Amino acid sequence: MKARFRPGDSVTVRSAYSLGHVRTPHYIKGKRGIIERVCGEFANPEELAYGRRGLPKRPLYRVRFEQEQVWPDYIGPPSDTVDIELYEHWLEPDTKKD
Amino acid sequence: MGTPHDHTPPADSDAPLTYHQTMEIAVRELLIEKKIIDAATLHHQVEKMDARSPAMGAKVVARAWVDPEYKQRLLTDSPAACKELGIELDGTLLVTVENTDDVHNAIVCTLCSCYPRNLLGLPPDWYKSHAYRKRVVREPRTVLAEFGLELPDHVTVRVHDSTADMRYLVLPARPSGTARFDQEALAKLVSRDCMIGVAVPHA
Amino acid sequence: MRRHHDMGGEAAGPVNRSEHEYAFWEKRVDALLVLLAKKKLVRVDELRRGIEQIGPDVYDKMGYYDRWITSITNNLLEKGIITSEELGRRMAEVEARHGKEDE
Repeated sequence: MKARFRPGDSVTVRSAYSLGHVRTPHYIKGKRGIIERVCGEFANPEELAYGRRGLPKRPLYRVRFEQEQVWPDYIGPPSDTVDIELYEHWLEPDTKKD
Repeated sequence: MGTPHDHTPPADSDAPLTYHQTMEIAVRELLIEKKIIDAATLHHQVEKMDARSPAMGAKVVARAWVDPEYKQRLLTDSPAACKELGIELDGTLLVTVENTDDVHNAIVCTLCSCYPRNLLGLPPDWYKSHAYRKRVVREPRTVLAEFGLELPDHVTVRVHDSTADMRYLVLPARPSGTARFDQEALAKLVSRDCMIGVAVPHA
Repeated sequence: MRRHHDMGGEAAGPVNRSEHEYAFWEKRVDALLVLLAKKKLVRVDELRRGIEQIGPDVYDKMGYYDRWITSITNNLLEKGIITSEELGRRMAEVEARHGKEDE
């Protein structure tokens, strides 16, 4: 699968709360971040968790989020970040333009 | 070795077995009898893991401190750089993140306990604790202060939540006052906690 | 709806920094998973999913490797690699055996 996003792209994490083995932490759902790097392609852990093959491999990204945007009560400077690896199917292009 | 009821005497054999300890013995014996695993390979894996420790990570850090080109190779391809030093990571996708004057990195796995085990050995209990997993993403500076590390606001704190296959090694900044130290002496300054990002090394 | 194990950002008290030395049985559980994962019999992802399916109260009360061996065992049962019957019989035998050792 060709990577849809590139470093520097602004993305939003989908808000969905399914059952199953999901590696997108709840605290980041609905948040906006920037693609920090393309990590490569990997089999989908949501499928591997049930003994299936998780193919085709799909792109994984490291996404950087400003802590102030993630937590309403964050203590620290605006430059602080949380970096999380997220699969492409959890990311939407951020259509809000500043 | 090899009889169905062979079991290595546990180090904890004075206490009665817990339910889960009983389960472990039973499952292991059944799998060995069914020839799904063998006792020698299992024992070898235990020894392999035992041989891993933060000293291995410290060796990598010390080399990066004295050799800027090695450091670049480490930042670009950590498993290959570890292999140069004879450290085999068995497929771990290690990523090194560098502390600088402006950035401090800290690692967590909020969803479970992912940790660069094949470099540093088994993680400390606190890393796997619910309190650490809950708090360090949300209030890293407070948690780091509890560990004795206070960082000024001009230093960006970057928390890495290990949600996928990458495992993180924090490359701490070389402390001042160490210009004359050789690699061995430098490695001694690098604790496990520095490589997780809850501490920094001091001369 | 947040699942119990997905705990990033929840409130908690101070981090308890005391450490315990890993018991031999814990190291064996760890090694067992490595072997089973290499053979693709129980993948790390299946281990995690099994742990996540442990009920919240029990998840909190169980020790770390208690959760691992529970998940590994459940996965082996689901795949028919071991049966509940043979597991139960062997566990009873192990208990009886261990009892005899102490006498």
